[in-house]
Amino acid sequence: MARSGSIGAHERCDVTESVELNHDGQGAGETATRRDFIHVAAGAAAVGAGVMMAWPLVNQMNPAADTLALSTIEFDLTKVAEGMQVVIKWQGKPVFVRYRTPAEIQEATSTPLSALKDPQPDAERIKAGHEQYLVVIGSCTHLGCVPTFNAGDYGGWFCPCHGSHYDTSGRIRKGPAPTNLVVPAYEYISDTRVRIG
Amino acid sequence: MSDHESTYVPKTGIEKWLDTRLPIVRFGADYMSLPTPRNLNYWYTFGGILMLCLVIQIVTGIVLAMHYVPNTEMAFASVERIMRDVNGGWLIRYVHANGASMFFIAVYLHMLRGLYYGSYKAPREIIWILGCIIFFLMIATAFLGYVLPWGQMSFWGAEVITNLIGAVPVVGEPLLIWLRGGPAIDNATLNRFFSLHYLLPFVIFGVVVLHLWALHTAGQNNPTGILIPKERTAKDTLPFHPYFTVKDGFAIILFLILFALFVFYMPNALGHADNSIPANPLVTPAHIVPEWYMLPFYAILRAIPDKFGGVLAMFGAIGVLFVIPWLDTSRVRSMRYRPTMKVFFLIFLVVCFGLGWCGAQLPDAQVVPGMPSFMLLDGQLNSYLWLTRLLTAYYFAFFLIIMPWVGLKETPLPVPHSISEPVLDGGIPEQKA
Repeated sequence: MARSGSIGAHERCDVTESVELNHDGQGAGETATRRDFIHVAAGAAAVGAGVMMAWPLVNQMNPAADTLALSTIEFDLTKVAEGMQVVIKWQGKPVFVRYRTPAEIQEATSTPLSALKDPQPDAERIKAGHEQYLVVIGSCTHLGCVPTFNAGDYGGWFCPCHGSHYDTSGRIRKGPAPTNLVVPAYEYISDTRVRIG
Repeated sequence: MSDHESTYVPKTGIEKWLDTRLPIVRFGADYMSLPTPRNLNYWYTFGGILMLCLVIQIVTGIVLAMHYVPNTEMAFASVERIMRDVNGGWLIRYVHANGASMFFIAVYLHMLRGLYYGSYKAPREIIWILGCIIFFLMIATAFLGYVLPWGQMSFWGAEVITNLIGAVPVVGEPLLIWLRGGPAIDNATLNRFFSLHYLLPFVIFGVVVLHLWALHTAGQNNPTGILIPKERTAKDTLPFHPYFTVKDGFAIILFLILFALFVFYMPNALGHADNSIPANPLVTPAHIVPEWYMLPFYAILRAIPDKFGGVLAMFGAIGVLFVIPWLDTSRVRSMRYRPTMKVFFLIFLVVCFGLGWCGAQLPDAQVVPGMPSFMLLDGQLNSYLWLTRLLTAYYFAFFLIIMPWVGLKETPLPVPHSISEPVLDGGIPEQKA
């Protein structure tokens, strides 16, 4: 390589070095080199390792095994008197078990679906043959406060925090809550006993 | 100021030895001799006050953590033990609890000062954004801390605020369970909130360092809002020490008097009686309100009839602060020379207080008791619901409409060429002409 003139010599010198460093015979002018590949591979491995390390750190915040283990309870329905409700604690949340009067059932079944914000017939919210018992999670679907029993404009519940009104089927009728009170998964294990969860 | 040259000369042997290894004394000395705009008024003392607040919260917090137990069975009792049995525990806890309120008083005044004198405008956008980040972290830290005593307000505050995340479409529900560590607020939640409440103040400290770094790179604003011309630096500035250390010091003393007034004479004035009842997941208090410093944002949340919309508006009320540097179209920084904007700013101030007031009221309650009104959409016109909506509309309009529009339309008053010029050179040239 001719080395005449300091600047030109330097430039040419750099090119020569990079060709030598390639080791793959492709020479300068090709954009992707073996070194680029090593950089990308090493970077990708580091990112992958980082994500693998981060996942347990994120996942540890999900419910632990002992928390998940507390997922079912049984309840004796004879404890509820007609026209009253019993509040039980399930998964840290209140569950309302309400023994509805015939008038309340009538009110719930006769409401047209068009009058509802989150339309759902009463029949879908109870178990057939057990119309008198309504089981709902006692947590307002707005921001989670516990609604007050037998209050509000529709005879069901009224949430004191931001003023949501629920009817005797636990359906949202007025106020900021977007959906009906949630009916948890439950089943009758005898005529007077339910298992929630 | 970035071009501030070091005038520190190490005198003793130890200083010389240290200066070539870790020039920490030089750093402090340079800070003290920093040229500072000579016209800074008392509104500019809140930066120092806020630094003090952060240190007070960290020191008292570390001490409280030595006695507090982050467990649902023991948290409430451990706080009561701090109040009754731990030596001086009542004092440390009252300083920490009221310190949060003092911190927010200072930060709101600091922010309003920045808003009035245009401290967010070029070249200080990064300082402002870092400040907004600090403010957001402060809100998060205060919320996490409020949950720890595990009283009724703690529990239901946590319930309502975490439910805000559940309002996010699709991912809301799994995210909520992930955040709480279970299907409901429980021990897992309390434990992690304690961990994060301990962590965030140190994150804030880190962002404060960046905030100050940016401040000393772009240079401090001043009540005239002008950039100090290079040739006037000597006339327009004074060294930070003793001029502004003394001014800040005096303001700190006044602030600590107010602080002490709360701690010693009305330590529970800013709290809620319901938080003296241990947390009960089955009973919601009749009237849930957040701490006073969150009330305006809580009011905005309730103003929107849609759940997710309310959450977006509430976060938007903080989010909009981040883009103020680009919403303000005026070429003049300080509202001292912006007569029209000044009026809108004063209305904004009243609106902020109004939102705070509305946040503490029941939404269906009448604003003017007994005055007959009519239903407008989903509520009585004469109710806090509609007053809150009106104020919320102004809050957003101030930033999104008034700020860009007035900046283009108004004719500002003549702005001085330098801070000292109107005094030393006999008035503003435009006015003389």
